[in-house]
Amino acid sequence: METIGDSSLPDSQDRATIYEQITSRGVPRREFLKFCGWMSVCMGLGPAGAAQVAAALENKRRLPVVWLHFQECTCCSESFLRSSHPIVADILLDKLSLDYTETLMAASGHQAESCLQDTIKKYKGEYVLCVEGSIPLGEDGAYCCIGGKSAKQIIEEVAADAKAIIAWGNCATAGCVQAAKPNPTMAAPVHKVIAGKPIIHVQGCPPIAEVMAGVLVHLLTFDRIPELDSLGRPKAFYSRRVHDTCYRRPNYDAGLFVESFDDENARKGYCLYKMGCRGPTTYNSCGTIRWNGGVSFPIQSGHPCIGCSEENFWDNGPFYQRLSNLPGFGIESTADKIGGAVLGVAAVGAAAHAVMTNLRKRHAIGEQAGESAEKAEESNASQHPETES
Amino acid sequence: MQNSHDYQRVYVWEQPVRWFHWINALCILVLGVTGYLIAHPPALMNSGEANFSYWFGKLRFAHFLTGYVFLANFLFRLYWASVGNKYTHWRNFFPVSKKQIQQVWAVLKVDVLQSSDKPVHVLGHNSVAYFTYMGTGLLTVFQVVSGFALYAPMSQFWFTHLFDWVVPIFGSEQNLRLFHYTVLWLFAVFTFIHVYLVFYHDYVEGHGVLSSMVGGWKFMETEKVSQEESANIAGIPTKTAAPKPVKQAQGKPNA
Repeated sequence: METIGDSSLPDSQDRATIYEQITSRGVPRREFLKFCGWMSVCMGLGPAGAAQVAAALENKRRLPVVWLHFQECTCCSESFLRSSHPIVADILLDKLSLDYTETLMAASGHQAESCLQDTIKKYKGEYVLCVEGSIPLGEDGAYCCIGGKSAKQIIEEVAADAKAIIAWGNCATAGCVQAAKPNPTMAAPVHKVIAGKPIIHVQGCPPIAEVMAGVLVHLLTFDRIPELDSLGRPKAFYSRRVHDTCYRRPNYDAGLFVESFDDENARKGYCLYKMGCRGPTTYNSCGTIRWNGGVSFPIQSGHPCIGCSEENFWDNGPFYQRLSNLPGFGIESTADKIGGAVLGVAAVGAAAHAVMTNLRKRHAIGEQAGESAEKAEESNASQHPETES
Repeated sequence: MQNSHDYQRVYVWEQPVRWFHWINALCILVLGVTGYLIAHPPALMNSGEANFSYWFGKLRFAHFLTGYVFLANFLFRLYWASVGNKYTHWRNFFPVSKKQIQQVWAVLKVDVLQSSDKPVHVLGHNSVAYFTYMGTGLLTVFQVVSGFALYAPMSQFWFTHLFDWVVPIFGSEQNLRLFHYTVLWLFAVFTFIHVYLVFYHDYVEGHGVLSSMVGGWKFMETEKVSQEESANIAGIPTKTAAPKPVKQAQGKPNA
């Protein structure tokens, strides 16, 4: 990995454009243009965007990137490395230049730390900070320390001079499994720790490789962050629900549902809504870009979406139940069980009340005027003596 | 009716309020039933091709359409709470005066604990009922806001996107959906108790509360009406423009 540690790089290579680096590795121009076209379509720019992407990659120098890993499983990196297009892994990851990334760099110890410091100084205000993993805030951050510093210290230091932050995956955007209740390490996503920097939330556990590449290429091409939704996710990839792009959607509208995993309906490929599919509440590109080069995605393989690109998806379980359990009522407490019980109590209460009322009715109503002619007369006589006279 | 006392017929619920009530009731019924079915779709069809049917889509359409009616109706009621008669005035819904708070206790003693024999007779709602309707009003606001927030992603209409800020508060649509659905149960419990209590009051008091939401009139002993007329519990004086209570004194009883 010759790109690691920019101080060691020859200046010419550092200044080389991405296109120059690609072609120097033997990638033909035809392949390069195909990549540009594919990326621009992924980003929602349409075929015309290909020229913009190509122009950017031909003319712009490498984008300095610092990639930090905190509480995570590296599935985001793994996803990225397995991108269906070789240029993504080979060029964006290898050449776009990860100036510092714990998982992939060769350097270690003081060397690695000095790489990080060099990059921060050299590309002050220019580098993109990619964060994989959540930041533990409990016990002064002792749950995740690198080189004697806590994750919180590191990210605050590195984020201070970053141009923008990309939060990869559910850990960095919402805390993922380590932030699930009871969240013993007080794992927090990037946006809860860092303020005042643009943060791009690339959701998913992991995000789709093409989505990750698309976000980076967008930054490179336009020098600004892509359009984001209210949760900070790029609209190009997260504006539609898995449900809206699902090929099983017509079965949903027709009310054709899988009732159990081994039934005839499952074999026919009906909608997995009643199996707890989170597609209707999950924003991702699984239905369009799919996984592993468009081979499949969970629903296509007969499994309901678990909503891995949504906050708190671990706590919104069980996965195979349409509605989550009600929080605060212990496990196995669905809204239906509790609601039914409350309604039952109300019915029993009303019945008891009705019995009581009947036992007391004669007494209660007898007190009032109009109960009987005699009583009415009595009360009239006492209350309106003048009318009687 | 030879055993009647000096009763007076008082026009309590104006026609717009009655319309509101029944449209609201219908909306809650439709939204509740369709909402429950959306959460738990029955296995109406176990075979067939998707292109022959659209029943689940129609069910959801009915839910969304009724949601708009529910909102419009509620907004109208909010407006009417400032221009309607004193029984519908918004100030009734906030039990802040000493008199109102006293009435809350009195009503709880009579209606719930059944430990008092002095029934609270009022022309509008009693203070507990008003307070409860403020609660259902808040539930309505929550259902409308959460409902439109959940609906917005399926809509191009700018209005629905006024609610885009809601999902981030709840973290995810899955979570918001859970709360939206749970409130359905609260409405079910409210409706049950509400209907029971109306029957109960009509049964023991005989003021015609059950039919008052149809015709608008309640029947009250004359001396109690005059107490009410001076100023009602929330201290709102009778408007001069408001329709005068129709005096329908039955006169003295036939001997």
